[in-house]
Amino acid sequence: MSAPGFTNLSSSVNYNQNSTPNGGDAPPYQNGPAQTYQSMYPPTGCYGAPPQHQSYPTIPAHSTPAPSKASMTNSVHSANYYQSNHQQQQQQQQQQRPVPQHHVAPSPYSAPPSQPVPSSGPVPPHAQYNQQLQHPPYATPGSYYGPQSYHPPPAQHTSQQQQQQQQQPTLVPAPASGPGAPLHPIVSYPSAPGNSQYGTLSSSQNNTTPGVLPTQMGAPLHQYSTSRPASTTAAQPGYGVAPPSQLVPTVNGQGSTVHQHYDRSCQSSLSYNTYSGAEADQLPSGTPSTSVHSSPGHHQGGDTSSSSTGSASPVPNSYDSLEGGNFPDSMPPSNDMTNQAAPYGSYGYPNMQQGYHQGPASHADSSPSHDPYGQSSYQQYSQPFPNLSQLSAALGGLSGVPELEVEALTPINLLQERSLLPPRPLEAPEPNLSPELKKVNCSPQTFRCTLTSIPQTQTLLNKARLPLGLLLHPFRDLQQLPVITSNTIVRCRSCRTYINPFVTFLDQRRWKCNLCYRVNDVPDEFMYNPVTRSYGEPHKRPEVQNATVEFIASSDYMVGTKRLQVNDNSTTNQLRPPQPAAYLFVLDVSHNAVESGYLKYFCDSLMENLDKLPGDSRTRVGFLTFDNTIHFYNLQEGLSQPQMLVVSDIDDVFIPSNDSLMVNLKESKELVKDLLTSLPAMFSQSRETQSALGPALQAAFKLMSPTGGRITVFQTQLPTLGAGALQSREDPNQRSSNKGVQHLGPATDFYKKLALDCSGQQIGVDLFLLSSQYTDLASISCISKYSAGSIFYYPSFHFIHNPAQLEKFQRDLDRYLSRKIGFEAVMRIRCTKGLSIHTFHGNFFVRSTDLLSLANVNPDSAFAVQMSIEDSLADSSLACFQAALLYTSSKGKRRIRVHTLCLPVVNQLSDVYAGADVQAITCLLANMAIDRSITSSLSDARDALVNAVVDFASAYKSNVSNLQQSGLVVPAAMCLFPIYILALLKQKALRTGTSTRLDERVFAMCEFKTQPLEQLMRMVHPDLYRLDNMSDQGALHLNDTVVPQPHLLHLSAENISRDGAFLLDCGYVFYLWIGKCCNDMFIRDVLGCTNFASIPPNMSHIPELETPLSQRVRALLDWLQDNRAFSSMMHVIKDDASTKVTFFQHMVEDRSESASSYHEFLQQVQQQMSK
Amino acid sequence: MAFTFAAFCYMLALLLTAALIFFAIWHIIAFDELKTDYKNPIDQCNTLNPVSDPPPPSCVLVRGARGVPGPSGSEGARGLVLPEYLIHFFFCVMFFCAAEWLTLCLNLPLLAYHVWRYMSRPVMSCPGLYDPTTIMNADILAFCQKEGWCKLAFYLLSFFYYLYGMIYVLVSS
Repeated sequence: MSAPGFTNLSSSVNYNQNSTPNGGDAPPYQNGPAQTYQSMYPPTGCYGAPPQHQSYPTIPAHSTPAPSKASMTNSVHSANYYQSNHQQQQQQQQQQRPVPQHHVAPSPYSAPPSQPVPSSGPVPPHAQYNQQLQHPPYATPGSYYGPQSYHPPPAQHTSQQQQQQQQQPTLVPAPASGPGAPLHPIVSYPSAPGNSQYGTLSSSQNNTTPGVLPTQMGAPLHQYSTSRPASTTAAQPGYGVAPPSQLVPTVNGQGSTVHQHYDRSCQSSLSYNTYSGAEADQLPSGTPSTSVHSSPGHHQGGDTSSSSTGSASPVPNSYDSLEGGNFPDSMPPSNDMTNQAAPYGSYGYPNMQQGYHQGPASHADSSPSHDPYGQSSYQQYSQPFPNLSQLSAALGGLSGVPELEVEALTPINLLQERSLLPPRPLEAPEPNLSPELKKVNCSPQTFRCTLTSIPQTQTLLNKARLPLGLLLHPFRDLQQLPVITSNTIVRCRSCRTYINPFVTFLDQRRWKCNLCYRVNDVPDEFMYNPVTRSYGEPHKRPEVQNATVEFIASSDYMVGTKRLQVNDNSTTNQLRPPQPAAYLFVLDVSHNAVESGYLKYFCDSLMENLDKLPGDSRTRVGFLTFDNTIHFYNLQEGLSQPQMLVVSDIDDVFIPSNDSLMVNLKESKELVKDLLTSLPAMFSQSRETQSALGPALQAAFKLMSPTGGRITVFQTQLPTLGAGALQSREDPNQRSSNKGVQHLGPATDFYKKLALDCSGQQIGVDLFLLSSQYTDLASISCISKYSAGSIFYYPSFHFIHNPAQLEKFQRDLDRYLSRKIGFEAVMRIRCTKGLSIHTFHGNFFVRSTDLLSLANVNPDSAFAVQMSIEDSLADSSLACFQAALLYTSSKGKRRIRVHTLCLPVVNQLSDVYAGADVQAITCLLANMAIDRSITSSLSDARDALVNAVVDFASAYKSNVSNLQQSGLVVPAAMCLFPIYILALLKQKALRTGTSTRLDERVFAMCEFKTQPLEQLMRMVHPDLYRLDNMSDQGALHLNDTVVPQPHLLHLSAENISRDGAFLLDCGYVFYLWIGKCCNDMFIRDVLGCTNFASIPPNMSHIPELETPLSQRVRALLDWLQDNRAFSSMMHVIKDDASTKVTFFQHMVEDRSESASSYHEFLQQVQQQMSK
Repeated sequence: MAFTFAAFCYMLALLLTAALIFFAIWHIIAFDELKTDYKNPIDQCNTLNPVSDPPPPSCVLVRGARGVPGPSGSEGARGLVLPEYLIHFFFCVMFFCAAEWLTLCLNLPLLAYHVWRYMSRPVMSCPGLYDPTTIMNADILAFCQKEGWCKLAFYLLSFFYYLYGMIYVLVSS
């Protein structure tokens, strides 16, 4: 029995590890949920939980209640327990043991017995466990607590404990296992109580800590089985544990000697607790794990450690003040705070520590724990909020807010001030918040607001003439992400907001929602025992310490969540367990496609990445090719080679075989490889020029609709057959017309409707368009736009003639195939009462006013949201936004990623301007302009952009600036606004007068809608550096490499000199421009060529030379590429090459044949202002 | 007092306007449901737009297999937009035939608005006005709601006007 549970745990651990970075999930992960799961989805076994089932036949009874996990109380457990279900017993025992022990016999406190309790069974697991994690920590916790309990000598403690227990009577009858009971009585359990509270935390810890938990889990199970007999009798308030915590502190000091005894035994017990928590949904106390962690301190002796911990806490006080809540009970918050925070930073796990800290912290016990943890753990502690601190450091370590504000408000006359660019790329402005809030606020890379100071009323917003909106990158790859497993995810009861760092704790039992201001109860699981008060430190939980957290939704919670989020129609989804990862590749194999030669490269790339496709053992793949017919491939396991099935009836597409077209990747890997090897050759002779894209997509839809998943479409020409056939709408003569551009919208709604059907079946469609002629991307892109897919476009793709595109295609494919993916996702954005969402931008389907339906979600797509202020925000000084993304990981786990952003509310126009984020504003305006150009016209959109500058400048002039100086005056925070808008107007998507292919224009528009802000800004306004005279002044020293930091240059040809070498960073591509008179040394050292003339014309790599200059340049390039999802291409452009046009078209401040220069633009703005 | 064609037109218009009032109310409720998150925009648009062709069989099959209920409820109330326009157009023609110029003039702006509205609808393969992908945009939602209220007011006023007109025609002739 124990075994199954154990396995689950282990899996969970793995999951966590993955998750932190990319969120890979191990399906089996949830022990507790699994049970419920079974009940719910017995046959599916999707969760990998099934084994548990078998192992615990009795479970069923348990399972039935499971659905209502949240509600489930300890009593339920107890009932189960009595029923004699092993699991239950185990769980209960774990949790309750401590309690029962207490009840049963204070006498049991004698230390010796306790040791035996751990029983040999558990021991082995321990060993493993230790190895994986830090052994000491675990052990310590147990010991730590244990000693306390043992120390009964402090009669007070014992009595307290007992009292507490009695008070908490509710939960479980003590599952006292005969043997275990005496032992358990040991204080260790008291710690357990802490666990109960923190149970959630602990679970999370499990996740985060690699491997550790699993072992623990397993061990506990064993123990339980053995101990089981003991159970019975006393129904103690297992949860009563909380009280012990109070005791604990005292105990620690006293019981040091005892501790050693306990170590192992305690560990085992602890492990049990954790296990039970994890497994049993019932136990709100899933947290136990946390307690376990805490135990580690035990080894070394709590006393010593305690001192250290105390010192570590810098933050605590501030936190309290922030929250505004009084925590009468929890006096020593400071230590806890720091500790908790630290853990997170270092590991995904911070939770564990929290749990630990919380209990002990109040009594200053926490300190002991530190030592036990060993150095690593210690470090964690010592660095509270490592993430945050790093972040802030990364942000440039801005200091005084007032200074900033003043600086941001300095009026600048744009007509006189010529050099506006900061030396380094612009960072996001920091909101004017208290340092504590700043520390926990969401990263600007994830969540950015156009106005970091929210105006109080719509009137004020209108006066400011700036758009209010959010730029979101919710699923981006994170280095550190606290993952929380909890039976009950704490949310506001009226608005369903997830608890976050910006809520207010009124007291220990109540918190006030920061979005709707409703006062909610803190559930027991979150803060277990209010009566005893000792453990009540809900404000130390990871959810309350991190603005970005990820919950692993237990199975029944998941269903509930879905129902809540989806509203009435969602019932459809409730029946559906998390889907397996499913990938279908739809490949164009018409003559045109074969000609372009992409097929071979795609097959090679997929072959390489086959093992990297995110997924688990259930991953399914399928292939479908089409020209004027549709070809299916039967890859059923057992076939000697793939079977091709041709359906030529494209008017009424049907699926020739039901179950063998989408196959399990693991089982049919050989066949898949066979197919990938033979595919390019199979169609090499194709003469078919027609393309039946529409029918192929319909077929793909039918194939995928039972599971949902991702369809990847490769298309190389205009679809000409069947449904969705399109005609060329582009008139090449109009490409450079000034009159406005036609056909930016779709020609047919076929693709849109199909996309909506796909979205309804949780299918995302990604489009790779590789074509040399017009393909009507405006129509075809709808298939991805509304199914939350992504779009890739390679104009003039040819495997020989266009090596640059080929390389980009290959790199993109590598990233695309291996990047993280979330299935059947929905994202809801909530905001403080008074704010409302006006419009969404991005690829998705808007299901309701604040809910986006994302069939697939990928880490590279971003969203923009326009907001409006409906009611005055005067009654609060902070405005918060919360984006919650619920998705199924590729491992079949339901997860919720929650980001919360907190911003100050201001009532002065000058404050609004001081907090304006010019980059975010530009991106939001770009999105709005693109909408406008589709619904209205391109010229309208361009006018609107110019008007945005004009309106802003006039508003500033008339309302804020009291200088009566002539000229164009804007606040320093917005001084780049005109440049960015001008750059936008010259961008492919919005430019006129320059020859632009319709497809490229439409693609640029799609990019604007989905690219994250940093990428977008580089596309709009590339960064220009001079490379040939870089100095080490101000250089970054990363590890062993020196990364020079050349200054940004204005995008003007006057900054380009013939004797220099310049790097232009356009996001997806770097241009290295080499002037004719460029220093030969630079050419030799960096490019490896003797002189300018010998540089090859299509150079696209920087050779790895051992010269210092080359190393600097490459270090800079690597540094710039860091954190970019798709690696950028490099083009070396010679001064005399014809390609230099591509370089100079990025010089947006210069006048071009069809567009004005920056100075002219400013004058135009000034003219319009005076009208 | 004679029962003229004009009187008949007024009586007919009276009845039809009552129906239009119902439509307008239904329209307002529909958008309110959208706004309050009570309905899925796809379903709602399917009910708002006349559904000319049944959903592809494949969809039906798939949904059935999944145990997913199709668009819920209001099958009977499907596609009220086009009928509304047609009814309005119909009694405008009737008034034209009855030479009730004043009444016709009063209705012409709305008729023109309907024509414009239908001409500027999003690209759709089936008749209808509402695109589920854009309907949730706050501007469009607000516009549609405002449109509903304005029409309701207009139909209510015209209801009483027709009542008056009918009596007037009956009495005067």
